[in-house]
Amino acid sequence: MANVLELQGITKRFPGVLANDKIDIALREGKILALLGENGAGKSTLMNILYGLYKPDEGKIFVRGKEVEIHVPNDAIAQGIGMVHQHFMLVPVMTVTENVMLGVEPTKNGLFLDKEKVAQRIHDISNQYGLEVDPHAYIKDLPVGIQQRVEIIKVLYRNADILILDEPTAVLTPQEVEGLFKIIKTLIKAGKSIIFITHKLKEVLAVADDISVLRLGRMVGSIEPKKATPEKLASMMVGRDVSLVVQKQASKPKEAVLKVEKLFVRDERQNLTVQGVSFEVRKGEVLGVAGVQGNGQTQLVYALTGLLPVESGSIEMQGKTLHNATPRQILESGVAHIPEDRQRHGLILSFPIHDNMMLCTYYKDPFARGVSLQEKEIYNNAEALIKQFDVRTPNIYVNAGTLSGGNQQKVIVAREFSRPIELLIASQPTRGLDVGSIEYIHKQIIKKRDEGAGVLVVSSELDEILSLSDRIAVMYKGQIMDVLDAKKATKEDLGLLMAGIHLSTSAKKK
Amino acid sequence: MSDKASSKNKTTEKKTSEGIGGGSLGQALLVPVLAVITGLILGGIVMLATGSNPIQAYGALFAGAFGTPSTIIAGIQTYFATGDNADLVRSIYPFTESLVTATPYIFAGLSVALGFRAGLFNIGAEGQFFIGALCSAYVGYSIKDLPMIIHLPLAIGAGALGGAIWGMIPGYLKARFGAHEVVNTIMMNWIAFRLSDWLLTGPMQASNFRPVTPNVSASAELPRFFEDPLRFNLGFFLALLFAYIVYWFLFKTTLGFEVRSVGANPDAAKYAGMNIIKNFVLVMAFAGALAGLAGTAQVLGVDHWVGQGFSAGYGFDAIALALLGKSHPFGVVLAALLFGFLRSGATNMQSIAGIPVDIISIIQGLVIVFIAAPAIIRWLYRIKSLKVEETVLTRGWGK
Repeated sequence: MANVLELQGITKRFPGVLANDKIDIALREGKILALLGENGAGKSTLMNILYGLYKPDEGKIFVRGKEVEIHVPNDAIAQGIGMVHQHFMLVPVMTVTENVMLGVEPTKNGLFLDKEKVAQRIHDISNQYGLEVDPHAYIKDLPVGIQQRVEIIKVLYRNADILILDEPTAVLTPQEVEGLFKIIKTLIKAGKSIIFITHKLKEVLAVADDISVLRLGRMVGSIEPKKATPEKLASMMVGRDVSLVVQKQASKPKEAVLKVEKLFVRDERQNLTVQGVSFEVRKGEVLGVAGVQGNGQTQLVYALTGLLPVESGSIEMQGKTLHNATPRQILESGVAHIPEDRQRHGLILSFPIHDNMMLCTYYKDPFARGVSLQEKEIYNNAEALIKQFDVRTPNIYVNAGTLSGGNQQKVIVAREFSRPIELLIASQPTRGLDVGSIEYIHKQIIKKRDEGAGVLVVSSELDEILSLSDRIAVMYKGQIMDVLDAKKATKEDLGLLMAGIHLSTSAKKK
Repeated sequence: MSDKASSKNKTTEKKTSEGIGGGSLGQALLVPVLAVITGLILGGIVMLATGSNPIQAYGALFAGAFGTPSTIIAGIQTYFATGDNADLVRSIYPFTESLVTATPYIFAGLSVALGFRAGLFNIGAEGQFFIGALCSAYVGYSIKDLPMIIHLPLAIGAGALGGAIWGMIPGYLKARFGAHEVVNTIMMNWIAFRLSDWLLTGPMQASNFRPVTPNVSASAELPRFFEDPLRFNLGFFLALLFAYIVYWFLFKTTLGFEVRSVGANPDAAKYAGMNIIKNFVLVMAFAGALAGLAGTAQVLGVDHWVGQGFSAGYGFDAIALALLGKSHPFGVVLAALLFGFLRSGATNMQSIAGIPVDIISIIQGLVIVFIAAPAIIRWLYRIKSLKVEETVLTRGWGK
């Protein structure tokens, strides 16, 4: 079958970095090519070149056998190439129709916007590809999965038949991922060709027709999904064998370090999102909190760490009540917090690494004497931590924002683990990270457990919950459905609980 | 990136933590310097278009800002030959006058820059300037027969305190009620303007004829270094001292670390256990005090009385200075010196080359446009864009 798109010898240099080194890829017509690679492997650079956002230093691009020059995104669109970005490019206060027509507004009588015409086309596209969406809904009211559909519709509306999906599943719940895969299959049936960028191995194996793996800006190789296994792909990506399963001993839980009783929490919009949650975390164990995102896990963690006030109920740490304590009081009582959104809460991206390494302890000895910051101590601390936690950075003086996601997360882990802690609260600790970083951070969490800390891990990735936890609590609509022993828990059971079905009632139905 | 290479870098890299923009000092200064040069070139084109001679004009501007080199040399020779310093003093008059003009700019620029660092937009420097000037003037003229060592610090302190209170009110309103500081500092400006109108035509009026305060006592004046007409005084060095204090506060203390954290990422600051509300009040008070000191320096060092329209828009120019100085205290000093030289030299340019002072406003405006939109300068001079985290200036409503 003919190649609808071919890149030959693409090379792109940034100051000090060879982002793409003579990369060749080929997309067969009507097929899905998965582009796999760790963060920083050069996937996004390559796709930005294809979409006209970067200019390659060398290399050729062929569309349907003809060499083309792509200087700006409009050239790419003219060639039928459409891109769905990882971070959506939508205007929240506008409707679906308005967002879709943005940039190619059709007019009536040369003056007035013809929204009906656009809405009708959206309707047609929706029906043709199974992309159900209300053209008149406002973007801000739509869940993330639907917003992504709007992005896909935008691309189809511009008559693209080569679609680039950049990390499309990073922001989706498991159910939404299923929905996306269905849509992808419908698109393929309709004759579209798709480049699917990801670093999630199982997804690649589930949908791809061809797999190309990038590492450090180079093409490592192509492989057929039939011949690939997750382990094989992981070692191609990372360049060494990677353990996808966390190696750990049985836990030796001791007394409870954290006790939560009938906790109620309101979110920023005053919705009661945590509704009477009770549980305890014991020293030397990992309690995993599973659940589809948006079932109150975020607010639970915010309340535990002082970022949201508690409506009612109690939080007790080793006999001390901590509800409605300030974040500082909580930190000082021995809690470490790996926040869900590392760029929002965990780091100050415009600050150098050494400042981020002491973000929570800057006022204490040895970093401060009185009000005076002790720069030498701050630098020494950062130097030691980047070595100990293998943070890949040119030095400690660069801004945290210049690091890759995995290394940013390592900075947070290094900082939080560098002080004595009784309780670790880790929220989505490996979201968006590559395989190598995930392996590393999981090891560190288990190490803290073995040192005797209590660990609370909140994650919407079931694999992560299953491999880390000793006990698993499942949250649904602000409540804990059940707490299972991790050894006996199955994905099926957890899936049912995550959907709000009690195991006893489902057993009865059987 | 190999580990060996990175460890080598570690030893050679210089620290850039305070980064005026993130890169090395040269990179940080590149765009502002080019912006100024481009502004002067375009200003010259405007002069040409209006039929004036830009070379003559800039010559006069330079002489007005720095003095004429030949007269200075002649002055030095006369001084060493005869011991008579009159010529020398006259020859350095333009230069010292530029520094005098720069003094309130430094203080007011520091005020706005400090606010920017905390993510606050202090548009109220103008009002704080008035309040500071009035407080200093009041303490300066109403108290008599105090030794300078007590009276002067008292008058300076009064100006700082007045400005601090004027700044703290919007800070408190933001912290307590979430009221946006832009709106409240603007309103505080109007209160300050009308309050000063009333004070100058009523309680603080010196005589029935003019709306001005009495002259401050000699013991409250900032000492001058030369005899008249040179007005160069201690205020300039006070301004430099405060630039260093602000630098030290921002980059060397835990309080400053909190301020910068709150400004750069308030969510992370909260996560790290910082008290955001306390910081808003603290920063606005400090910023108000600095703007108040701008007024103080002007009244105690230069004019010795306050009249209506006392400020030449220092508080508003301060916003431009903070931008030009990339919200870094030393950058603000450089920017303020530039404004001082331009403003002071412009008067000479007007009298010699017949070009209105307003051309300076055009040049300043151009420089500010180029600073605010560095992409223009990068494009003009084909400078590769560096990935630099810009300082957060202010954030949206209601956050």
